[in-house]
Amino acid sequence: MGKLFEIRWHGRGGQGAKTASILFADAAIGEGKYIQAFPEYGPERMGAPVQAFNRLSDEPITLHCGVDSPDVVVVLDPSLMETIDVTQGLKQSGVLLINTNQEPKVMKDRLSNFGGKLWTVDASTISKEELGQEIPNTPMLGALIKATNLLDFEGMLEDTRKKLTKKFKSKPEVIDGNINSIKRAYQEVKGE
Amino acid sequence: MRVAKTGNEAMAEAMRQINPDVVAAYPITPATEIVQIFSGFVADGVVNTEFVAVESEHSAMSACIGSCAAGARTMTSTSSQGLALMWEMLYIASGLRMPIVLAEVNRALSSPINIHCDHSDTMGARDCGWIQIYCENAQEAYDSLIQAVRIAEESLLPIMVSTDGFIISHGMESMEMLEDAQVKAFVGEYKPQHPLLDLDHPITIGAIDFTDYYFEHKRQTIEAMRNAKGIVAKIGQEFGEKFGRHYGFFEEYKLEDAEIAIVVLGSTAGTSKVVVDELRQKGIKAGLLRLRLFRPFPYQELANALSGIPCIAVMDRSDSLNSAGGPVFTEIRSALYDLEIRPKMVNYIYGLGGRNIDLSQIRSVYEDLATNKTDELVRYLGVRE
Repeated sequence: MGKLFEIRWHGRGGQGAKTASILFADAAIGEGKYIQAFPEYGPERMGAPVQAFNRLSDEPITLHCGVDSPDVVVVLDPSLMETIDVTQGLKQSGVLLINTNQEPKVMKDRLSNFGGKLWTVDASTISKEELGQEIPNTPMLGALIKATNLLDFEGMLEDTRKKLTKKFKSKPEVIDGNINSIKRAYQEVKGE
Repeated sequence: MRVAKTGNEAMAEAMRQINPDVVAAYPITPATEIVQIFSGFVADGVVNTEFVAVESEHSAMSACIGSCAAGARTMTSTSSQGLALMWEMLYIASGLRMPIVLAEVNRALSSPINIHCDHSDTMGARDCGWIQIYCENAQEAYDSLIQAVRIAEESLLPIMVSTDGFIISHGMESMEMLEDAQVKAFVGEYKPQHPLLDLDHPITIGAIDFTDYYFEHKRQTIEAMRNAKGIVAKIGQEFGEKFGRHYGFFEEYKLEDAEIAIVVLGSTAGTSKVVVDELRQKGIKAGLLRLRLFRPFPYQELANALSGIPCIAVMDRSDSLNSAGGPVFTEIRSALYDLEIRPKMVNYIYGLGGRNIDLSQIRSVYEDLATNKTDELVRYLGVRE
């Protein structure tokens, strides 16, 4: 097996962590990558902490265990950080991406044991402004690509547009809102 | 065409392409989605299937037996408690030689209540006269379900094809799908051998059979199961020749010159392959045998493949609660009894109720084999004691 890239998504039930992992995997397939996307299944309740995972490789992936030491951690809801150590198992050279209105430096000071690169983006506000509701998962996709360069941004955008067009035929405002929020997050995310 | 699908989506897509005459099913996690997605195909008119929404799994299997006896190509899907509730009907399906195809998702049995993966459900059904195929990933689930239609219809035996609950059923991964026309041509048109609805050739199905003929009929079913082995091999080969993905009774991974080996079913085999690669890079002769066909049990072929390996661990994702090892272990050990030089064998029970089985646990099994820690017959992996 070649170089394997692993992502862990932290969110709360209803915020779309699982959907984000699926959209990301779908876009990666479009670029000829081998992928996995799977959530951690527990009691499923709105607002409860949930995790979802991605694996990405240029070769077939045979691993079927949980992800213990991800290369990237994405946090959809910063309030989770009060109760969960989101850096657990994250590689020291890894990437941490947080949905927050704080600067990366402020968050880095809070996580003094993490030595990797930390990125922040206010995906909640972007989502509220572009979509009229707080669904931070799609903007975080844009920010993730900027922070990792794992996929071609334009390709991902095109793929996501296709998926959304299929799902929201009668709601073009949802499609445009999502696409705009992905673009904005890609431009506005900051790394430290 | 490479696509991203969960195991459940893959099985539902296979069912769409097979386009069976009848599907009768009752929902149960984690298999629910298979029939949920398929019922969408029915509602959209994508398939011609008569979909029967029944009130329990017992009724689901009863309806399947009825439709299959009438001469319809029949499929269903279930998991765990659902398979348990089908129990008496499973035996009737095989005794009546009904080629029903069941898409199964492996899940632990209660109690305690649990929705996650282990193999207790299908292992409990191992002696009910159904062919059993355990799949490693979504690709194999898709390919095997397509093959299963032919295997069942040629052997006149019911068949269950299973995936690991949540790990495969709900995990999305890359796989290749065939064109609709390719699947249609491969499964062919169903020509039932003795359909009840053939009024010109009336037959009796389900008659009473006391001391006079019961044994003979069972003997014939046993013979059918023996013959099924050749049918599984033939159809797996034909599938491979046509579509490039070959399937046999089991998969040998770096086994030929192995000095230590693991035998395992399902998704854990994929994780184990990563460990085998690691060990091989260090010069350790580790190998893996992934058993795919558990019923009929290919005992001679297994003995051939495993002969000459001094130290073997068999991994079971269920326990027989017999205090002498899990079902895969006891059968493999029995299969190797006639070898001139018998290997040292040890059993590992792992992953019950969905407990994660990771690389470090599998490394520890190979480590035990390499250091001859094989004095304990049955060990439990990843449990707190």
